Amino acid sequence: MNADAPQMAAAKISLRDVAKSFGPKKVLQGIDLDVAPGESMVVIGGSGSGKSVLLKCILGLMAPNRGSIRVDGEETVDFNDRSRARVMRKFGMLFQGGALFDSLRVWENVAFGPIQSDGMRPEQAREVAIAKLGAVGLGPEIGELFPSELSGGMQKRVALARAIAREPEIIFFDEPTTGLDPIMADVINDLIVKCVSDLGATAVSITHDMASARKIGHRIGMLYEGRLIWQGPVADIDHSGNAHVDQFIHGRAEGPIRMQVRKF
Amino acid sequence: MTIPLLTVLGRMTLAFLEAAGAVTSFAFQAIRLSVQPPFYRQQLLRQMLEIGYYSLPVVGLTAIFTGMVLALQSYTGFARFSAESAIPNVVVVSLTRELGPVLAGLMVAGRVGAAMAAEIGTMRVTEQIDALTTLSTNPFKYLVVPRVIAGIVTLPILVLVADIIGVLGGFLVGVYKLDFNDTAYLRNTLDFLEFQDVFSGLVKAAVFGFLITLMGCYHGYTSKGGAQGVGMATTNAVVSASILILTFNYFITEAFFSR
Ligand SMILES: Nc1ncnc2c1ncn2[C@@H]1O[C@H](COP(=O)(O)OP(=O)(O)OP(=O)(O)O)[C@@H](O)[C@H]1O
Ligand SMILES: [Mg+2]
Repeated sequence: MNADAPQMAAAKISLRDVAKSFGPKKVLQGIDLDVAPGESMVVIGGSGSGKSVLLKCILGLMAPNRGSIRVDGEETVDFNDRSRARVMRKFGMLFQGGALFDSLRVWENVAFGPIQSDGMRPEQAREVAIAKLGAVGLGPEIGELFPSELSGGMQKRVALARAIAREPEIIFFDEPTTGLDPIMADVINDLIVKCVSDLGATAVSITHDMASARKIGHRIGMLYEGRLIWQGPVADIDHSGNAHVDQFIHGRAEGPIRMQVRKF
Repeated sequence: MTIPLLTVLGRMTLAFLEAAGAVTSFAFQAIRLSVQPPFYRQQLLRQMLEIGYYSLPVVGLTAIFTGMVLALQSYTGFARFSAESAIPNVVVVSLTRELGPVLAGLMVAGRVGAAMAAEIGTMRVTEQIDALTTLSTNPFKYLVVPRVIAGIVTLPILVLVADIIGVLGGFLVGVYKLDFNDTAYLRNTLDFLEFQDVFSGLVKAAVFGFLITLMGCYHGYTSKGGAQGVGMATTNAVVSASILILTFNYFITEAFFSR
């Protein structure tokens, strides 16, 4: 990591000292992170460690209390609505809970970005939507259903199709494989890898699933107590020399990370 | 004991002022964004249908029975002074000026305001509003503006329909129960009706439409904390809209008719 300086200039996303708290609760306490163009970064960390909050800060859905967030070298923290919308066009986001619009049909969900913000004609957007649904393993007949008529895993796949429908430059995946069976999880992993390689997209993913992290990530960072306590290439994760990381990737209850559960 | 009481009162006043400020700035934002493109015409039509067309049965029923009961009650009063001929006029003036807009407003607040708060509130807590933002769609413009405009536009139409149905209710009771001559009833209705009576009612309706949709959207948009938060938003939307309707009703009446 001593090639830091040139990488910083070219970084697609660059965070410096980003902090976010809710009232007295400090969630992020100074995050430094650089993601290079075309790179797939995976963030791991315990439940409630602030992974989703981190993504929302980068997306501009939440304002950090301090720090700098640059996208393509542009400082985005104090953006107005118009600049925010312009940068938003580069992003695709898969929400942890799917966040599908339940008043719209599945295909309308997927076609929403192309129609509403890119002004694509509905017939054409529908074709795009059906193609994207096909890419996540869903047939065209699913497009006519409403999100509430789908299983949790299917909703996740629709959400994924929606996130990639506009072929964004930067894609965020918040736990893309949670709630899927192992085979579908691997299909989604392949799809993410394919998006990153085909579209040349930059990806930031959150996951608890180490198999997924190893497969989709070029680099992994671990979030703990509001900081990225370790980051490095995915090949180094097994000999990180960090006890927290070791405990996490092996899923041990005993170790430096203490869960807030009472014995009974 | 007086100091804790004062503290509580002070805190309540502050909380009230804070809420009033938040609602006012929400309202200004809705007005400001309603004149900026893009315009979501389909959303607007959908909301007009939802607020206007689907409220017709409930508003129509309210109006017809109100018109009927007005005729019946004013008869018991006016017959004592042999002033029965004033009944058609009492019915139409009370309906157009006060009861039409207020009752339609309250019914729509219950029906539409609650549904709006629940829908937008659910969208908030399930991150659908965040998802709109990430799809480069301003959620305020997409969700709030069409609803508020639809409220302002459709409530007057709804109230006009309610006025007509209400007069019909009075007419039915007048002719078939109180033995009025039908042409005389209608002539009496129209002869003393002034433009101002209907117009003030329609102005009220537009204001109420604004208040109902504003409250529905505001409470939904700012709701948090899952199903419980959405439930609270729904209740608050209906209660606050109803109170605002009755309050504004007084002041609009005063502006039009006190001299
Ligand atoms: N809008 C909010 N208001 C208040 N607190 C919040 C808000 N959003 C998140 N938090 C708090 O921030 C902390 C981190 O939340 P976050 O959703 O980022 O966790 P996470 O790392 O994504 O966990 P998980 O793996 O379970 O999704 C949590 O303790 C949560 O209570
Ligand atoms: Mg999360």
